[in-house]
Amino acid sequence: MGRGLRSLFVDLFEYQARDLLASHGVPVLPGGVAETPDQAEAIAREIGQTVVVKAQVKTGGRGKAGGVKLADDAAEAKARAQDILGLDIKGHITHKVMVAQASDIAEEYYFSYLLDRGNRTFLAMASKEGGMEIEQLAVERPEALARIPVDASKGVDEAKAAEIVDAAGFPAEVRDQVIAIAVQLWDVFSKEDATLVEVNPLAKAPDGTVLALDAKVTLDENASFRQPEHAALEDAASADPLEAAAKEKDLNYVKLDGEVGIIGNGAGLVMSTLDVVAYAGEEFGGVKPANFLDIGGGASAEVMANGLHIILGDPAVKSVFVNVFGGITACDAVANGIVSALGILGDEATKPLVVRLDGNNVEEGRRILAEANHPLVTVVDTMDGAARRAAELAA
Amino acid sequence: MSIFLNENSKVIVQGMTGSEGRKHTQRMLASGTAIVGGVNPKKAGENVDFDGASVPVFGSVSDAMKETGADVSVIFVPPASAKGAVIEAVDAQIGLAVVITEGIPVHDSTYFWAHAQGGSTRIIGPNCPGLISPGRSNAGIIPANITKQGKIGLVSKSGTLTYQMMYELRDIGFSTAIGIGGDPVIGTTHIDALQAFQDDPETEAIVMIGEIGGDAEERAADFVKANVTKPVVGYVAGFTAPEGKTMGHAGAIVSGSAGTAQAKKEALEAAGVRVGKTPSETARLMREIVGS
Repeated sequence: MGRGLRSLFVDLFEYQARDLLASHGVPVLPGGVAETPDQAEAIAREIGQTVVVKAQVKTGGRGKAGGVKLADDAAEAKARAQDILGLDIKGHITHKVMVAQASDIAEEYYFSYLLDRGNRTFLAMASKEGGMEIEQLAVERPEALARIPVDASKGVDEAKAAEIVDAAGFPAEVRDQVIAIAVQLWDVFSKEDATLVEVNPLAKAPDGTVLALDAKVTLDENASFRQPEHAALEDAASADPLEAAAKEKDLNYVKLDGEVGIIGNGAGLVMSTLDVVAYAGEEFGGVKPANFLDIGGGASAEVMANGLHIILGDPAVKSVFVNVFGGITACDAVANGIVSALGILGDEATKPLVVRLDGNNVEEGRRILAEANHPLVTVVDTMDGAARRAAELAA
Repeated sequence: MSIFLNENSKVIVQGMTGSEGRKHTQRMLASGTAIVGGVNPKKAGENVDFDGASVPVFGSVSDAMKETGADVSVIFVPPASAKGAVIEAVDAQIGLAVVITEGIPVHDSTYFWAHAQGGSTRIIGPNCPGLISPGRSNAGIIPANITKQGKIGLVSKSGTLTYQMMYELRDIGFSTAIGIGGDPVIGTTHIDALQAFQDDPETEAIVMIGEIGGDAEERAADFVKANVTKPVVGYVAGFTAPEGKTMGHAGAIVSGSAGTAQAKKEALEAAGVRVGKTPSETARLMREIVGS
C-alpha cells in the first residue's frame, strides 16, 4: 500500500538545502534568495563582491539553459536576476533566484548520502571528481565513485566518515575538512529525516577551504509529525490548485492531463485503473485518465463527495470512473456513499459517472445504485468494461 | 500447508486497544485467527472483550510470549511509536512481526530493518495489509470472506489489488496471500515470498503483483529465473504514470533501474513470467495454468 503517484519525498530548492546545511554547521558561502531584481540587488550589495545569480528550479541543466550567471556588482546582479526570473527551464518557471558570493574553485568533489531502497540501507557516495553530472561519472568511470553502505542503526561517526573519505581517495590536504563535513552532512541526513543529501560540487577554494557550493536535499513527508518546521519548505507557489485543494481535504490526488476523472480505493488499484482507462482510451482517439485519486479503504459519503468535488472542478474532465473494490467496507456501504455524495453535490454533478463495484455484498451495492436510478450513473460490472465505457463517454 | 502463517499460529496484537487495532482484532477473531493477547504497558492485566471472546492485555511482547506461546505479532501502533514497537518485537525474538501501520518515516523502518538483521524475526510491511492463509489464520486487515483455501500463492505490493486478485480467483482459492507493502523499505520481499511458495507443497502456482518504483520486481524476475520452477503469473501497475513520478537521479544510479512499469514487465517476461495487461487478464492467465 504505497501512496501511488503522490511522492512522499519532497525535493527542496537549492537555497532551502543550503540553509539546512548551514544550520548543521556545513560551510557554505554567504548569500540569499530573491523573488525580484531589487531584492537580488540588495543581497549583492551586502555581499559586496562578485556574486553568482542562480535560478531556483527543481531540475538539472540550469547552467546550460542560461539560469546561472556571474555578476561583478549589485547593478549587474539586478540585471542578471531580471534575465533569469521568469525563465522556463525544462518546463519549470523560475520564480526565485539565489544570489551567493562567487568563489574561485581549485578542485571539485562530490559527496552524498541517500536511501538505497533495494538493499534496505543508507549509502554514502563520494568522489574526488565532482562538478560533472554524477550519473555520467557512475557510468563512465564507476571506479571513481566510492559507494559505502551506512548501517542505519549505527550512523556516521568520525571513524565511519574517514572510511568513506579514504575509500574515495580525497587528497591528504583536504582529508580532515572533508571528514568533518561528512559528519555534518550525516547530521543533516539523519536529524532532518532526509532521503537524499547531495553536495555537488563540494569545492576546494584557492585558499584550501572546502565548501558546499550546490546541494540537493529530499525530505520524507512521513516524518512531518516530528519535523514541524518542514511544512514551511513546501513549494505552495507552484502547486497545482486542484492538488492544493485536495491536500486540504486530506485526499491523495495527483492531476494528470487527460479527460476521464478517476476515483478508486487503494493506491495500487487506482494506478491499475489509470492503466486500464488509458488502454481503453486508445480506441477512442487517445482518451486518457485526468487524475489519480485514492480515497482509501473507508469510501464514506463525505470522502466520496469531496473526491467528486475536486474531480468535477477540473474543466478537462468529461466523464468520471468510480472503481471500488468492497473489502472491509462492503459494496452496499460504498453504493450508499455514492448516492449520498451525489445528493450532497446536487447541481454541481454534471458529468456522467461510470461505477464499477465488486467484492463483498456486490449484489446489494448494485441494487442500491439501480434503485437510486441517478440519471448520470451507469453501472458496469467489470473493471475493463467500465473503463471502456468511461473512455467512450469522454471521447 | 501455507507459508509464514498457519492454523497453529498464535497471534498477539500490539496496539490492540486503539481504534484500528480493536476493529481489526475483532475481524481477525471472526475469521478464526487464534488471537491470544494484546500488548499495552498501561493496560497490562486487563482483558478486552470481543463479542464474548476475552483477550488478555500484557505489558510487553516478551510477557505475552511467555504467557501464551505467541509466535506472531500484528502491529497497529501509530507511526511515531512504530519503531519502538517493532524493536520490542524483534528483541523478544517473536517469529513474525506484521507491521500494518501506514506513514512510518523511512529512517525508522530502515533502522528497525538493520536492527532485525541476525535476529530471529521475520518482518512483513510496514504499510501493508498483512497476510492470510484462508481457512487457517488471518494476520492483518485482508478481508477473510472473499476467497477460500486453495492452491495459488499470492504476493503483492498493493492492498486492494491483492483483494481484487483474490476475488477474481476465489473459486480456485489460495494457500497464502501476502501484502508486503509498497513503502521504500520493507521487511519481507517478493523474493522471500517466492522462495517460500516454491518450497510449499500446497502451492501450485504463484501470482506476483508489483507497481512502479524501486527495483524489487527486477530482482524478483532474476530470482524466478534462477530458483522458481512453479508457474508464475505477474501484474504490474503504473504504466501510465507520468515520467518523474518514480524516483530521482541519485536513486536510479543505485538501483540501476528506471523503476518504470515497462522495465518491470520486460524483466519479468524475460524470466518466463506471463504478465497480464489488466488484473482480469492476469487472473485469466492464472486460470489457464491451474484450470478453473
